[in-house]
Amino acid sequence: MGTYLLQIFNGISVSSILILAALGLAITFGLMKIINMAHGEFIMIGAYVTYLMQNQFLHLPKSLFGLYFLLAIPASFIVSGLVGFVLERTVIRHLYNRPLDSLLATWGVSLVLQQLARNIFGAPNVDVKSPGWLDGGLVLSQGLQLPYKRLFIIALVIVCLLSMFLLLYKSKTGRRIRAVMQNREMAESMGINTRRVDAYTFAIGSGFAGIAGCALTLLGSIGSTLGTNYIVDTFMVVVLGGVGTLVGTAAGGLLIGTANTTLEFLTNASLGKVLVFILIITLLQWRPNGLFNISSRSLDD
Amino acid sequence: MKKILATQLKKRLTGVISLTLVAGLLLTGCGAAQTSQPAATTSSGNTSGNTIKVGILHSLSGTMAISEVSVKDAEMMAIDEINAAGGVLGKKIEPVVEDGASDWPTFAEKAKKLLQQDKVATVFGCWTSASRKAVLPVFEENNGLLWYPVQYEGMESSPNIFYTGAAPNQQIVPAVEWLFKNKGKKFFLLGSDYVFPRTANKIIKAQLKDLGGEVVDEEYTPLGFTDYSTIINKIKATKPDVVFNTLNGDSNVAFFKQLKDAGITSKDLTTLSVSVAEEEVRGIGAANMAGQLVSWNYYQTTDTPENKEFVKKYQAKYGADRVTDDPIEAAYDAVYLWAAAVKKAGSTDVDKVRQAAKGIEFQAPEGQVKIEGENQHLWKTVRIGEVAADGSIKEIWSTGKAVKPDPYLKSYPWAKGLSN
Repeated sequence: MGTYLLQIFNGISVSSILILAALGLAITFGLMKIINMAHGEFIMIGAYVTYLMQNQFLHLPKSLFGLYFLLAIPASFIVSGLVGFVLERTVIRHLYNRPLDSLLATWGVSLVLQQLARNIFGAPNVDVKSPGWLDGGLVLSQGLQLPYKRLFIIALVIVCLLSMFLLLYKSKTGRRIRAVMQNREMAESMGINTRRVDAYTFAIGSGFAGIAGCALTLLGSIGSTLGTNYIVDTFMVVVLGGVGTLVGTAAGGLLIGTANTTLEFLTNASLGKVLVFILIITLLQWRPNGLFNISSRSLDD
Repeated sequence: MKKILATQLKKRLTGVISLTLVAGLLLTGCGAAQTSQPAATTSSGNTSGNTIKVGILHSLSGTMAISEVSVKDAEMMAIDEINAAGGVLGKKIEPVVEDGASDWPTFAEKAKKLLQQDKVATVFGCWTSASRKAVLPVFEENNGLLWYPVQYEGMESSPNIFYTGAAPNQQIVPAVEWLFKNKGKKFFLLGSDYVFPRTANKIIKAQLKDLGGEVVDEEYTPLGFTDYSTIINKIKATKPDVVFNTLNGDSNVAFFKQLKDAGITSKDLTTLSVSVAEEEVRGIGAANMAGQLVSWNYYQTTDTPENKEFVKKYQAKYGADRVTDDPIEAAYDAVYLWAAAVKKAGSTDVDKVRQAAKGIEFQAPEGQVKIEGENQHLWKTVRIGEVAADGSIKEIWSTGKAVKPDPYLKSYPWAKGLSN
């Protein structure tokens, strides 16, 4: 019994990680339609920011060490967002409506960023020591323990989803973003500076990738190729959920995450992955536009 | 409207896929074009001039750089030491360093370049079995000489390779035997999904069948896999006495971190790893691995005068925070063994060196090692170690003397039929 309960929790936990990693992409790919192959590297940047933050706190009194992680979350958002902003301003703005060019360009950028990370931090992976208050877990019964780290990530995802929803649908900024993404010419003629909106939309998307990187330090080690492990999965989540919808991204992540863990439990890790891909392909045959598709005039360009 | 979007999306996706493929092809194509040279087979190294050129071929970039950079460092240190002591045959050794970039075709191309263009006397290199298998035909075709410093799955013995890491009977087989005697009969086999873990587990299963043990589950995860929650749940459900871990690379970090978070420590469950050494423990975090077991031939703490000297020199050269481990030591030994063979042969000619190398002994940091002429592997002492809270590894059991290498496990009746 405990085994199955734990497996359900594992499914939710893996889903939460996928959703977190895909949130930024839901904006840059989902809304802006940029095939951003460097998305994984923004995750990596967030992870390395967390590592640097940890190193700073090593010099401070021990009692403060546990706080570094709370500071690392906004810091990784800001740094990844800034790098995203620069990337948009220098490269991507020249490539709107040229998806294949932007694919190649961002792939190149991802290679550059990876090598840069290797030059700065060295080739060996680094370890981020998680704060003490996240060690251990919630013991429900004998042998059934829910790690605090995973509970924390689930909570973080909910907070991120909520704030992104508020940002996109309840704020002035969000209204501008949606206006530009839905009808650029009309938005321009209404006096919106679309160039600027593009830049900060991309920066926000990259920032969310940074938060994902920060959370990933709790689970594994940090290396220059951290992002490449997630790039395929995150695209899957966004495409399956339906390009351009926040609910879709959450649903896509939840479906892939639970399918992944369940099938892995029933078969094994390699076969489980294969079955998940088959499932995704089948679902996309049935609903080519993803689970949650907005069929509106705006997408018909 | 929906249709239009769908076809657009489809087009885009097909474009994405074909572009990625084309780009990949282009990249490998470039690599090939860059290094293909007119074939000029030679079996004798370039000994004209005042130096003897040797090749060093490791991944200095990519996913394997984590491990291979320090192995390269150890080889460079040995070369420097030998040069400071006067070199070999009155000549200095000149290393030619190439980057295999964690990419197996690149390894083959670079090996060809070293042998044909630089005409090196020998090559020290490779880490993964995949890279060794990729360069093997190049070395055999050009009659080159490769010194391979990492423990591996066995079932190989090329006349053009000297293996200075452990054969399975010098690491895996004694570890299984020890665990069976001291920890229990129920084994859970966990490994990365490629040639080494699969072959290693084939050996372990045959051995356990012979001993009367039981394999409760056998799991493989892709290289780079990072979420072990489901596997850990399976471990909980099957209640093994021992998890025999052949995971490679970053996956180890994720596995041990998540194992600890699930509330499982070395007190609840014994794990023994064969691809986690001091260097990897640093990445995993000592706290996450404290009390877990590993099996190797050498540890930084190995108590010999040669090792004290070796660790001191290594840290003086590369930094006090650096650690030494088994492959690093085996790579260091390889350079000395080659130099000794060249001195004995009085030449760098591959055939003469190979003949001279048979039976050569060396007082290595791990203790006395000897080249077994029959299969070009080393006699090595087997040591099981426990990870301490500070990340060092303490020896808890050893064979006490060097064990004869047996890559095909010919001396074990239960291993019949494994080698094909």
